Amino acid sequence: MHMADALASPAVAATMYVASGVAAAYSIKKLREEDNAKIIPTMGVMGAFVFATQMINFSIPGTGSSGHLCGGMLLSAILGPYAGFLTMISVLLIQCLLFADGGLMVLGCNIWNMAFYGCFLGTMLFWLPMMKNKASKVRILLASVLGCIITLQLGAFSVTLETLISGITELPFSFFVATMQPIHLAIGLVEGLITAAVLIFIYEARPEMLYGLNDADKKKSRFSVKQTLVTLFITTTLIGGGLSLVASGDPDGLEWSMEQVAGTSELEADGDIYESAGSVQETTSLLPDYSFKDSESPLGTTFSGIAGCLVVILLCVGGSTLVRKITRKPVNE
Amino acid sequence: MNDISQSIFELNHLDTLAEQNQWMNRRHPLVKLLLTLFYIILVVSFHKYDLMGLLAMMAYPLIVFNLSELSFRKSIYRLRYILPLVCIIGLVNPLFDKEMVLVMGLVLRGGIISMITLILKGIFTVLAVYLLIATTTIEKICGALRLLHMPKIMVTQIMLTYRYIFLLLREVERLTTSYQLRAPGQKGIHFKVWGSMVGMLLLRSIDRSEGVYNSMLLRGYDGNFNYVNRKMAMVQTDWIYLIFWLIILILLRIFPVIQLLSGFFLHLFG
Repeated sequence: MHMADALASPAVAATMYVASGVAAAYSIKKLREEDNAKIIPTMGVMGAFVFATQMINFSIPGTGSSGHLCGGMLLSAILGPYAGFLTMISVLLIQCLLFADGGLMVLGCNIWNMAFYGCFLGTMLFWLPMMKNKASKVRILLASVLGCIITLQLGAFSVTLETLISGITELPFSFFVATMQPIHLAIGLVEGLITAAVLIFIYEARPEMLYGLNDADKKKSRFSVKQTLVTLFITTTLIGGGLSLVASGDPDGLEWSMEQVAGTSELEADGDIYESAGSVQETTSLLPDYSFKDSESPLGTTFSGIAGCLVVILLCVGGSTLVRKITRKPVNE
Repeated sequence: MNDISQSIFELNHLDTLAEQNQWMNRRHPLVKLLLTLFYIILVVSFHKYDLMGLLAMMAYPLIVFNLSELSFRKSIYRLRYILPLVCIIGLVNPLFDKEMVLVMGLVLRGGIISMITLILKGIFTVLAVYLLIATTTIEKICGALRLLHMPKIMVTQIMLTYRYIFLLLREVERLTTSYQLRAPGQKGIHFKVWGSMVGMLLLRSIDRSEGVYNSMLLRGYDGNFNYVNRKMAMVQTDWIYLIFWLIILILLRIFPVIQLLSGFFLHLFG
């Protein structure tokens, strides 16, 4: 689900950086209030743990395919939502820098789609409410699977929205959503099961390590499993109902919803940033209307275009080689 | 497992590259970080039909690759995560966008042009990040992030995670190799040991982190690391490098360089 830089416009990327930044600042504030210096090395090791275990292939019985661990949910179940969220940020940053898994400009989007939903919503909506009264294997299983499925669905939906608002794809909204959501439903289910298996093991071996379990004796929770399921059912119905309403609108659901909200569908597809960048280019370019219309030979235009590219390549490579030769330090220095 | 060994190899390789004493490696990390972000934003901001404008942006990776003396072939391997999704999204464009557009004297379907620009954007942005990380160590990037006032807790966290990745990847490699040797012909880990295998590793990792914390305390850790030292000062070459690229990149973004050059050739031979 990692997004690439090419899949978002700068405006969308910047907005998501701000959103993720606010969540990160809030988490740091919360962590500072806790004043637990020990948590930092634990976060570091846990980040590396998630990074490493995401490379293990877990075989899914009866399918021949394999699944992976859901990092956000596991981290928050052990470290809590705030430390878990910050740990996921470092994992995502390192994945982006070292393995090109996700872009640097869209890091804010990726943090939001994967870390925010997984750590905050997964813990607040599922883990904590279900663990507060009484922890059990079934509750851990239920919380992990539901948490992973719902947070992955939200993440996949956000990827769809961010890509569409950026004007990257010509895919109709309903088609895009109909492709993304079912795939991530299956992934969420498997990731949830794997996460549950690990958490149940920890619960049996060292229950004190799980976040939120110690509160069980202190106070009775306001939530029970039943209440959580009812809340979940209502939320799903509302979101699902709203979505199908949007998705069934013809011919493009996003366009339809934009028209309802803004009274115009103009905002859709090509983002403003493109328009303004385009107009800047048009007003400042030396030959704004240079479209080779007068050229009698289109083939000649093509070849001269290729020649232009070649000149750029030659200039870049030649120039930089020259600089390299000049700046190179002698070996025996 | 091959995946894990490959990752360890890649990490070690990048670490070695970043620690070289090349001209590019000596440039200030903040300059490289900001330029990389600026370049990515400019590349992504090109209109979906502006193929010629986007092509001119290849100047940055071309020049920096050559200056850094890096292998272009090895960097291509990094595209494996990103390119499939970008391609899938790009490949449907020709089906939906049937408007005809004139590019380089050829009339092509708009969807085809937007597909090519999308894939090119994907390649350029990944290469730009590679050029940053292959010439800059994580410690230096963390130093640059501190200069940008990223909170200490976050920077420390990134550095610790990075340091432990090497250790834990090797541990996971040993674990999965020994499992595979006992379960020949089986793809992945059987679901009956999903919990116990990873759970044990997790318990060991947390115990390890306690040991780390204790040893950090013994060495005088007070919650702070010093990322920014005197070596982090910008020298004249860094300023020149920064200003040079800012000017070049803005010019490449504003002026249709390749169209101008091709117009020149057309005039010369036409």
